Amino acid sequence: MMQNDAAVLESQMSFRSFNFYYGKFHALKNINLEIYKRKVTAFIGPSGCGKSTLLRTMNRMYDLYPEQRADGELTLGGQNILDPGVDVNDLRARVGMVFQKPTPFPMSIYENIAFGVRLHENLSQSQMDERVEWALNKAALWGEVKGILKQSGNSLSGGQQQRLCIARGIAVKPEVLLLDEPTSALDPISTSRIEELVSELKNEFTIAIVTHNMQQAARVSDYTAYMYLGDLVEFGVTDQVFIKPQKKETEDYITGRFG
Amino acid sequence: MSATSPTAPGMPSESVDRSGFKATPDAGLRRRRKIANKVALSLSLIAMSFGLFWLMWILLTVLQYGVGGLSLTLFTQMTPPPGTAGGLANAIAGSVIMVGLATLIGTPIGLLSGIYLAEYGKHTWLGSATRFINDILLSAPSIVIGLFVYAIYVAQVGSFSGMAGVIALALIVIPVVVRTTENMLQLIPNTLREAAFALGAPRWKVISKVTVRASSAGIITGVLLAVARISGETAPLLFTALSNQFWSLSLNDPMANLPVTIFKFAMSPFKDWQELAWAGVFLITLGVLLLNILARAVFKHKVSG
Ligand SMILES: Nc1ncnc2c1ncn2[C@@H]1O[C@H](COP(=O)(O)OP(=O)(O)OP(=O)(O)O)[C@@H](O)[C@H]1O
Ligand SMILES: [Mg+2]
Repeated sequence: MMQNDAAVLESQMSFRSFNFYYGKFHALKNINLEIYKRKVTAFIGPSGCGKSTLLRTMNRMYDLYPEQRADGELTLGGQNILDPGVDVNDLRARVGMVFQKPTPFPMSIYENIAFGVRLHENLSQSQMDERVEWALNKAALWGEVKGILKQSGNSLSGGQQQRLCIARGIAVKPEVLLLDEPTSALDPISTSRIEELVSELKNEFTIAIVTHNMQQAARVSDYTAYMYLGDLVEFGVTDQVFIKPQKKETEDYITGRFG
Repeated sequence: MSATSPTAPGMPSESVDRSGFKATPDAGLRRRRKIANKVALSLSLIAMSFGLFWLMWILLTVLQYGVGGLSLTLFTQMTPPPGTAGGLANAIAGSVIMVGLATLIGTPIGLLSGIYLAEYGKHTWLGSATRFINDILLSAPSIVIGLFVYAIYVAQVGSFSGMAGVIALALIVIPVVVRTTENMLQLIPNTLREAAFALGAPRWKVISKVTVRASSAGIITGVLLAVARISGETAPLLFTALSNQFWSLSLNDPMANLPVTIFKFAMSPFKDWQELAWAGVFLITLGVLLLNILARAVFKHKVSG
């Protein structure tokens, strides 16, 4: 799976002396981390350690809340995205996000996907049709919905809704896809479909995934970051982190001896 | 997360409860719970029948007195002088025009203000001030609004007019729509908003395409209830549109309307006027009832579909 790593390893995003605050609360402390291009990076750690917080800085989701702020450096393709001059809407077209709970928009399945695309591109009707089919295909949902594209996105099952949200995210063709516990609300079958999907998507996208499921992290990721109380405790190639972690805390957490 | 309970799948939940940790709950406790349950149920049944009793009585009375006055001439003839036959055509037309225009004016203003309160000015000084004033407006007696419009419009222009009535009714619609819009938008989970922002949508797109759409059923319901409310308002029209015996669609002249006509006719000693008043009451009640049913149907249809 990772034979020719050395040849293609390229950093897509990097955190340098990065800090994040919820008001006075220091939620991420001096993070230094690389997110590699076309790799899957998993974030693990106990509840409340800051995994979602970290993910939400990568598309500046925190901008919506005035009391939240970041300092340090966070670059995407060399550009510091924390600069006030950065257009967040363009940034979010480049860095997509899928949330823990499926959030279909109150519109048809087709429109759910076309919505994001229209924001950034001017496509003809036939090009849009193609894009919608492409995204649904990538998200392994096309076969199930091709006959019901006009139906409301809310009429799908939870697992289908989550795949719809993934399709919606990739339809915009971002460079990076952030997944925050994308399978925590799903049954085992939907979960494994989404895991397969992640493995396939990494051929085209850089993926950062938060998960509470150790097996899942081990299965889908190339790199793993273990976080604890706002610190990045350990970061490395997944196989190494799982087989031979450098830090005692990481080992305790992975083997379930935590707390 | 911890291991799930070791019960077999598909077992009825009641027995899952019991096999959980204790063999059976305390028998006395269970009996007390049952009694409390029965008492609560009976109390709410009594309260409900009490409310329904009066409602039914009102509806039956309206039906009994109003149905006799119903005829085609009600919709084709003007309000008559006492002692002659006539209808309510001018009053019905006036009411429809004023209620319609007031809704047309009040809804966009209320909608936009409600959107501002929920989506932009949640914690701002302007937002809090607007919310406070809106609450006062919402609970202000409608006669106050009538007098206000009288002072700022009727007294300045020098005559009662349909326009003044429209303004007064719109002032009643606005706070209702502001309140329902804000409340309905607040019900939309933040995750839905964030999901739209995460695609790179600007705020106005998130609001117009996602949040307002997701709460459209509630907002439409609010507007329909506001319409129902102003269709029966008398006090604000008494000082503004007043009434008109003749057919007039001009907004610059006094305008006939159902509530004031009913008020005038019902207080009169004339038999045929009283009968027309009952017919008018019946029309308004029927209209409001239909609006309420429509509001419920819209809400149910949109929410479930
Ligand atoms: N909006 C907020 N305001 C203030 N503090 C917050 C906010 N959101 C999160 N926090 C705090 O920041 C810390 C990190 O939270 P975060 O949601 O990133 O954890 P997490 O690792 O994603 O946890 P989980 O696995 O439970 O999702 C927690 O201590 C949390 O209490
Ligand atoms: Mg989280």
